[in-house]
Amino acid sequence: MGAAPPSTLRGRSIAAISEDWPSAYQVVDTLTFQAGFNTNMVIAGTTLLGFAAGVIGVFALLRKRSLMTDALSHATLPGIVLAFLAAGWFGYQGRSLPILLLGGTVTGVIGIVCIQAILRHSRLREDAAIGIVLSVFFGAGIVGLSYIQANAAAGSAGLNTFIYGQAATMQPSDVALMGSIALAAILATLFFIKEFALVCFNDAFAQVDGWPVNTIDLIMMGLVVLVTVAGLQAVGLILVVAMLIIPAVSARFWTDRLWVLVLIAGVIGAFGGYLGSVVSALLPRKPAGAVIVICTGAMFAVSMLAAPSRGVIALALRRAHLRLRIASDHLLELAHDSGKVLLHREDIDRLSTLRGWSPLFRMLVTFSMQQRGLAQSDGNRGLTLAPTGLQRGARVARNHALWSQYLISYADIAPNHVDYSVDHVEHVLSDDLVRELEQHLAKRGIAIPAGETVSA
Amino acid sequence: MTVAYQRKPVLWDVDYDAPPNRLVAIVGPNGAGKSTLIKACLGLVPRASGQVEFWGQSYRNSRARVGYVPQRESVDWDFPVSALDVVCMGRYRRIGWFRPVTGTHKAAALACMDRVSMRDYAGRQISQLSGGQQQRVFLARALAQEADLYFMDEPFAGVDAATERAIVDVLRELKSAGKTVMVVHHDLQTVPEYFDDVILLNMRIVAAGPVRDVFTKDNLHKTYGGRLTLLSEASDAVARAAGEL
Repeated sequence: MGAAPPSTLRGRSIAAISEDWPSAYQVVDTLTFQAGFNTNMVIAGTTLLGFAAGVIGVFALLRKRSLMTDALSHATLPGIVLAFLAAGWFGYQGRSLPILLLGGTVTGVIGIVCIQAILRHSRLREDAAIGIVLSVFFGAGIVGLSYIQANAAAGSAGLNTFIYGQAATMQPSDVALMGSIALAAILATLFFIKEFALVCFNDAFAQVDGWPVNTIDLIMMGLVVLVTVAGLQAVGLILVVAMLIIPAVSARFWTDRLWVLVLIAGVIGAFGGYLGSVVSALLPRKPAGAVIVICTGAMFAVSMLAAPSRGVIALALRRAHLRLRIASDHLLELAHDSGKVLLHREDIDRLSTLRGWSPLFRMLVTFSMQQRGLAQSDGNRGLTLAPTGLQRGARVARNHALWSQYLISYADIAPNHVDYSVDHVEHVLSDDLVRELEQHLAKRGIAIPAGETVSA
Repeated sequence: MTVAYQRKPVLWDVDYDAPPNRLVAIVGPNGAGKSTLIKACLGLVPRASGQVEFWGQSYRNSRARVGYVPQRESVDWDFPVSALDVVCMGRYRRIGWFRPVTGTHKAAALACMDRVSMRDYAGRQISQLSGGQQQRVFLARALAQEADLYFMDEPFAGVDAATERAIVDVLRELKSAGKTVMVVHHDLQTVPEYFDDVILLNMRIVAAGPVRDVFTKDNLHKTYGGRLTLLSEASDAVARAAGEL
């Protein structure tokens, strides 16, 4: 790297910047808690905070307050600035984290109260109210921050870390404060989980049932405030919302059980906090908050794509499977109606054109029919149906007849209009529904005999 | 009692004394304030004036004896709980703060699900239930509350035949157990069959009392103005039902 050209970036050569990268040993040491007491404490504290944020974030999500937490975190900035100034006026030099966080809590809560007041006294919607409060409070905080920096008060440099977060530079006492708030928030959430779930699911019922809904709401929001404020220094106020929300929405893809949801969200949040603080320890100039968001964001992407029941891939596979099944049903029904055991290439061609199947889809359909043992390939001639294929064809044809008879006799649909709506239903009728249809039709004296299978 | 939304009254001078141990239908056109009446009774919407008493006491003192079935659309059914979890919510006030749901309460909740033929679906996630099944889960949750007076908001709206039968069976069960049920209802034709009393509501109480006396063509006409096309059919149904009674 010594041969790098002398181009400069803010007075430093690119070579010098690249020297900031840690060695592999440092990376391993930091990841495995062997990088010294202070670093370990920061990593442990941020991991705990991530867990707390994931857990309480579930309830912010279920109560549909995701965006409000963003307004809350932005509204802490003016409080931090004011607390710093107030401490200075009272003769206290430098920064004391508890005082700053207290200030942040106060304006954060004022911000939420302002949103509620705007909603109550105007016709504005929640998103607009949140947008106003978020930007105005944040703007006020930035004005105050620039005032402090212009006057170069002692210790003011550290205030910037509240915006982007810088886990690595935290003092052990600060980490202890953050960690204990996180732990308290986790315990409180688990303590109130039944009450939180009740209010989140159905607040009107909870109220009639005698629960103090407003108080429970207040506790829930209070825990969100606590975790947000505790995470300000490590994660930064712009991105702390991601630590609350992303783990919760990611976890939602994996489970339908509240306890499991809370646990998975906690683990995802903890992992984000862990990785973020490790990176922040290795690269002290990189904002930890952004790293945490990127980590949890990656986990969100994986969850959305790969989760087994609610994920996008699983959904697409199920849909493709259904399309293939319906298409092969069409072929089997065609064979049944024309009384054939061998489906000629020309028959398949004709149906493909009629249904608008692409050559690839057509290939997949015939392939899946062979895979499922419904038919065998008969070289160039076409497909020979297996007994199971013949049975399925007979059944689909009968369902078709049942359903169209039902529509004609019960829903007063003209016989020549029936075919379109029949086309999809016949493939998805369950055995129960078929029996019910038979009963309905039998009441009107209509009987459809069980389909006769074409004998091979 | 008068109820107002944003200072516009939606219910005027409602004065009603619910008779004990009766099934009461609350009937009226869209926007008549049927749901609002229930919500005002339960303190879910503020009253502009007037008061509500339960057994001569304030609502605060008697709500342990009151059960509620909200409108099905009022909640997000994509919530991460099972049908049994929802029914267990009806037991929460017996369980109390912080304590977990024990086996005894789960058994009680399952028994309530049995009464609406939903026991087999106890483990299902609630978004995987049909609309009628969701309604029955809400009904089971109200049963789990073990109340003496029930308020039900449109329990029959958009349900299948099996659910409608289940609800009617439960209503009769509740009546024979000495309970009182107030039901917001939209289907005039079934009023004489399912209910003892009826409140005809259109921003005010047009008429209230036993179905046989109150559910007349004249009163319905007053309630629904001139726009009621179902009127003659419903009156026929009343006449038929009165003949049977």
